[in-house]
Amino acid sequence: MTMRRSKGVIAGIGELRPVRRTEGVTTLELIAEVSRRAAMDAGLEPGQIDGLLVGPQVGETPQHVPATVAEYLGLQPAMANVVDLGGASGPGMVWRAAAAIEAGMCEAVLCVLANTRDETPARSPNRNPIREFDVPFGASGANISYALLMQAHMAAYGSTPEDFARIAAAERANALKNPDAIFHDRPATIDDILSSPMVASPLHLLEIVMPVAGGDAVIVVSAERARSLPRNSVHLLGAGEKVTHRAVSQAPSLTSGPLKAAMSRALSQSGTTADEMSLLSLYDCYTIMVATTLEDSGLCGPGEFGAWLRQHDLSHAGDFPLNTHGGQLGFGQPDLAGGMTHVVEAVRQLRGDAHGRQIANARLALVTGNGATMSEATALVLGAG
Amino acid sequence: MDIADLKVPAPTMTALTTPFWNAAQQGRLTIQRCEACGKAIFYPRGVCPHCWGTALQWEDASGRGLLKSFSVVHRPGHPGWLPIAPYTVGLVELAEGPTMLSFILRDPGDEIAVGAAMQLAPTLIGGRILPAFRQQTTFHERTGK
Repeated sequence: MTMRRSKGVIAGIGELRPVRRTEGVTTLELIAEVSRRAAMDAGLEPGQIDGLLVGPQVGETPQHVPATVAEYLGLQPAMANVVDLGGASGPGMVWRAAAAIEAGMCEAVLCVLANTRDETPARSPNRNPIREFDVPFGASGANISYALLMQAHMAAYGSTPEDFARIAAAERANALKNPDAIFHDRPATIDDILSSPMVASPLHLLEIVMPVAGGDAVIVVSAERARSLPRNSVHLLGAGEKVTHRAVSQAPSLTSGPLKAAMSRALSQSGTTADEMSLLSLYDCYTIMVATTLEDSGLCGPGEFGAWLRQHDLSHAGDFPLNTHGGQLGFGQPDLAGGMTHVVEAVRQLRGDAHGRQIANARLALVTGNGATMSEATALVLGAG
Repeated sequence: MDIADLKVPAPTMTALTTPFWNAAQQGRLTIQRCEACGKAIFYPRGVCPHCWGTALQWEDASGRGLLKSFSVVHRPGHPGWLPIAPYTVGLVELAEGPTMLSFILRDPGDEIAVGAAMQLAPTLIGGRILPAFRQQTTFHERTGK
C-alpha cells in the first residue's frame, strides 16, 4: 500500500444500544453517557478533551447547544460548534474536528450525537420554503421525498421493487450478527420486505429505517497525539462534502446526489478507489439511498445497482461487506446519531474489534452520510493504522 | 371526506410570496422571472438563485408541465391527510423550467407514469384553492378504453 497522509485519528468510539422509548430521559443525559464511553475507549480524561462538536437539539436546547453540552459535561472547549447536516452531521463532524486540530485550535475533539424518543416526538415549527410549498400539497416528511426519488429511478432505469428490497434484506441479515441492533433477532427476506405495507409508493415499510433513541460519539485527535493512546489508530485519509438543495423539488437530479462529488473528493484525497474498500459503510435511511450511493460511487454505472447487488456478497465474509452493523435499516435510526453509526462501525472493523462480524484484514472503509432529501452529503475514507 | 374539507396545514405565506397565493386563489399559477438572466424560478424568492439578480417579475405560467416523479401516499406525514389517503403527489417540471411539488388529481382508473404531460388544475383543498395538476389527457382518453 502506498503511504497515505493521515488527516487525523479517530482515537475512541462510544455507542448506546438503540431503544424505542426513553420516557423521562433528557438528551443531555444520553450525550453524557455516550461521551463517557468514547473517552474511556480512547483512554482520555475529560480534562484532555478541548474541542466539541454537537448536533442541533429539536425541542430541548434550541440555541447555545455547544455551551449547554460543554457545561453539562464540565468541559471548557477551545473550539465548539454545531454541525447541522442531518444524517451527514456525524461524518461532517469528523473532518471538521481534524481540520480544527490541524489549524492549531485544539487537540482532542469530542463529536457527539444522541437523541431521546418520547411518545410524541418533538417537532420544530418550521416557517421556511419547504413548509410553505411542499407541506400544503400533502407532502410532509421524508418518506414521500424518498418515494419520489425511488419512483424516478425506476422510471429512468427500469429498476424493480425486488432490486431495492435486496438491499434491506442484506442489511437485515447483517443485523443478525449485531446484538445491539434493533432487529438483531428478526430476519427479513426479500418477500417479507415486498409484502410489508406500502407507505408511499413505491416505498414499503421495511425499506424505511425504524426510528429509535440512542447515541454515538467519536473522539478525534492528531496522529501524533494518537501514538500515546492505547487503541489502534484509525486514520482519516480523505473527506468530501456537498450540499445541493433542501426540498426534493429543488434537487438538481433525482437519480444522482451530492454524495457523487463528496465521494469523489474523499477518494481522491486518500488516493484510493471505491473497489479497494474493505467496508462500505453507506448511509441508508431508505433502500433508494444505498442504490443511488452505489451508483454515484462508481462501483456500478447509473441504473446498474440491481445487477451489481446480485453479483456480490454484502456480508462481513463477502467480497463487498456493506453496513456490517446492520445499517440503519437493521440497527435502527437514532435520529442524527444514525449517520454516526456508520463511522463507529467502520472504526470497529478497522481496529479489528467487530466481534462476531469481523471483516478479515480490514484496511479501508468508505463512510457516507446523507441529510434531508438527498441534499446534504459527507463522505470519509478511513484507514487502519 | 371531500378534499375541500380537509383540515390540513395552510401555507405559511410571507409578504414576498403573497402574490403567488393570491393568484392561486384566482386559479392562476404565477411564478417569477429574473430580468437579469431571463430564467423563470420557483419557489418565489427575494433573489434569483441562478445569478443573484434582484429584479424578479411575476408572470402567469402556462400551466403545462411534465411529471418528473410521483408517489401514491398511503401513510401521510400529517394526519390531516388521512381521510383521503391514498392520494397522489408529484414533481411537475413546468414548461417555463423550474420544478414544483404539487397535488395530483386523478380520476378512478386514471393510470399515471413519469413523463406524463400535466396541466394546471386549480383545486379547493382544505378550504383554499391550490395550484394542483392533472394529466393533460386521461388514460381513458389516450387509449379509448
